[in-house]
Amino acid sequence: MTRLSIMLGALLILLSSSVVLVVAPYFAYVWPEAQGRNHELSEVQQRGREVYISMGCVYCHSQQPRNPGYGPDTARGWGYQPSAQDYAGQYPHQLGTSRTGPDLYNIGDRNPSIQWNLIHLYDPRLVVPWSIMPSFRFLFTEKDQPGPEDVVLDLKNIGVHPPRHVVATQDALALMAYLKSLQQKELPAHE
Amino acid sequence: MNAAIFNFATLSGLLTMIGILVTALAFYSQAWKLTQTSGLSIFAQGEVGQGESAAVTSQKAHWRSLDILSQASVSFGVLTSSFWLVIGSLAGFTSSIKLHHPEVFGNTAELTFGRLRSFHLNAVGYGWLSIAGVSLVVWLMPRLVRERLPFASFNFAGIGLWNLCLTAGLTGILLGHSSGIEWLEMPRLANFGIALAGGMVATPVLLSVLTAKVDHLYVTAWYFLAALLWFPILFIIGNAPSIHNGIEHALANWWFAHNALGLWFTPISIGIGYYIIPKIIGRPIYSYNLSFLGFWTLALFYSNVGVHHLIGGPVPQWVVTVSVVMSMMMLIPVIAVAINHHMTAFRFLSKLRTSIPLRFIVIGSMMYTVSSVQGSLHSLRGLSRISHFTHYTVGHAHLGAYGFVSFVLFGAIYFALPKVMERDWPYPKWISLHFWCAIIGILVYVISLSIGGIIQGMAMLDISQPFMNSVTHTQAYMIGRSVGGGLMTLGHLVFFAHIVGLMLGALSNIRHRGELQK
Ligand code: HEC
Ligand code: HEM
Ligand code: HEM
Repeated sequence: MTRLSIMLGALLILLSSSVVLVVAPYFAYVWPEAQGRNHELSEVQQRGREVYISMGCVYCHSQQPRNPGYGPDTARGWGYQPSAQDYAGQYPHQLGTSRTGPDLYNIGDRNPSIQWNLIHLYDPRLVVPWSIMPSFRFLFTEKDQPGPEDVVLDLKNIGVHPPRHVVATQDALALMAYLKSLQQKELPAHE
Repeated sequence: MNAAIFNFATLSGLLTMIGILVTALAFYSQAWKLTQTSGLSIFAQGEVGQGESAAVTSQKAHWRSLDILSQASVSFGVLTSSFWLVIGSLAGFTSSIKLHHPEVFGNTAELTFGRLRSFHLNAVGYGWLSIAGVSLVVWLMPRLVRERLPFASFNFAGIGLWNLCLTAGLTGILLGHSSGIEWLEMPRLANFGIALAGGMVATPVLLSVLTAKVDHLYVTAWYFLAALLWFPILFIIGNAPSIHNGIEHALANWWFAHNALGLWFTPISIGIGYYIIPKIIGRPIYSYNLSFLGFWTLALFYSNVGVHHLIGGPVPQWVVTVSVVMSMMMLIPVIAVAINHHMTAFRFLSKLRTSIPLRFIVIGSMMYTVSSVQGSLHSLRGLSRISHFTHYTVGHAHLGAYGFVSFVLFGAIYFALPKVMERDWPYPKWISLHFWCAIIGILVYVISLSIGGIIQGMAMLDISQPFMNSVTHTQAYMIGRSVGGGLMTLGHLVFFAHIVGLMLGALSNIRHRGELQK
């Protein structure tokens, strides 16, 4: 009697918790239409998102600006708080729970320069001396004679003179396209 | 939509109320016939008053015959889990260094912070904590049901499969195949393999409970039973292919992740504490009735707290409210366990000086109380505003997963392994060395991050400070964490070497006996 009731009780509790917290939101939140932003990613942006996931950017960057009652996220240019529907279609979600670096929900709007972002990705400390973000130099190659299609880092501009040209790989460019897609334009009416 | 939201919040509250009522009814109707003597069921005739120590010579024949049943599975599990502990700590240490010296350890995709950190979490979570946990369950169950587990070979095979899938999954993370879902980073196939392995380990335990002939099933077994039932189910739901996306996925993700903590690591460690503390002291648990309350309220409340990881986020308000209320309710099971563990131990504090296993477990149990009360507090908006998104959370995570769960596992392994292998620890001084590395290490770790995290959080909340301050003002504390974590890692190397030493000794024992028989 005791033994069965432990097993059944334990199962029942887990079951009801999963029904209420995992299954129920599915029915409650699947139907409203997204309103804040276009969440359809192009093929390149999708590939960039995969690079973002594989490099683990989420462990330092959240994508969920909070409303002003919780902190000055909006004032920092991180965006206003999105509604649940604004994330529709994203899988896996990349909300993140750490802000070792700034929130990136609105980075495409805050810092749209591809050159800056590429150099920053190549070595963050070239442009932000106090940064502790990892360098992603392995997302770049070096070439003596870059072709016309190649995106070359404009390092001379910031006083760095590498022996060879530094060229972004397709992965780095896709990541840029994804970052660029992260932007929030106008405030929805209900805010 | 508002109507729907209202109904779900009500439903959740209602279900919990029913749970509480059923628990209370069962309690008052004495359906379980719990009495203070039920707590004595872990002692054999005449054993009360004389504690059991880790030494092989002090071992009674009736326990010995039960302990050596699980020799193969337990030695395999303890050896591999402590291996993952060492590897996982090294990965954690490397990640930690990278947060103050980002260019150290080269610049390759495999060793970038994001991958090493997931490697660390999965290696210590699903390698060390989980495999060590199941090994100790496999050791303890025969003692609790007083007989051999049926199909015991499943245990061994399960632990083997577990290690295999973990190796594959961790390699996957380093090679860039992370699923991108926190706490479930290993590729899905590896995770399903681990769920299956969990099921294989669980089967003999569940069967043994159903067929056992003991009059009373001790509280430790309740926790083990529930944890082993929950784990495979949780892991399968957590890994279920993408029926959810967006916010629903975030909700499901954190529902899973918190349940992994609260319904998997936690109950196993509490269960171990409920057995070993009274056993070493030689007196039953302080209030056996209270353990009933503690067990059921843990199950009821912990299963609903997950969304407190998303406080302030773009999630429906009712789920946050449910999770915060449940987080406060968690004080009930926490206090119940605290009274039972601490009141039992505090009457015999002098034993802490002589028994290091007891010291590990009692301190671990104290850290359970501290980390949980801390957890309830930073579920509240006032503290969460500051501490959410900061290193403070990482401090809490280690206070729980290391200070509580790992300390209990360390103590239990120091207590059990000699009995299972019939061989004493070869270098007792090393145990004490490990203890001091662990305790000083975790204190330095948690204190650094708690202070650093609050400074970081205050800087981010203050719009007059640039974001830069939240990084530069916490660098000293990041270095502090590396120092604390380095000490812990050092202790783990000692621990692992000691386990290998004991096993080599046991092997030569066995070989020696074999030769005598020839
Ligand atoms: C170890 C933590 C860490 C990781 C991992 C990390 N970052 Fe960062 N990131 C930071 C920090 C700290 C800053 C702020 C300092 C700076 O600008 O470099 C930052 C800044 C940024 C910025 C500039 C934000 C702004 O407001 O100007 C971008 C863009 C960015 N990171 C993108 C990424 C991407 C993409 C990845 C993954 C490939 C990534 N980061 C991985 C820590 C990290
Ligand atoms: C009553 C008990 C507890 C409560 C209410 C609680 C509450 C919380 C909360 C609110 C967070 C999220 C913090 C944030 O992101 O701002 C958190 C994180 C965490 N807690 Fe607890 N906690 C409790 C006990 C424990 C215990 C016992 C453990 C260890 C087994 C633990 C391990 C963790 C871990 C590992 C995290 C970090 C998760 C992540 O971000 O990856 N907690 N806890
Ligand atoms: C058994 C021992 C350990 C366990 C169970 C453990 C567990 C964890 C957990 C659960 C997290 C996730 C925290 C979160 O998301 O909030 C984590 C992160 C981390 N741990 Fe550990 N850990 C252990 C030992 C160590 C050691 C020895 C170090 C060395 C310094 C270390 C360094 C780190 C670092 C740097 C992170 C990443 C923090 C971040 O993302 O900012 N850990 N660990």
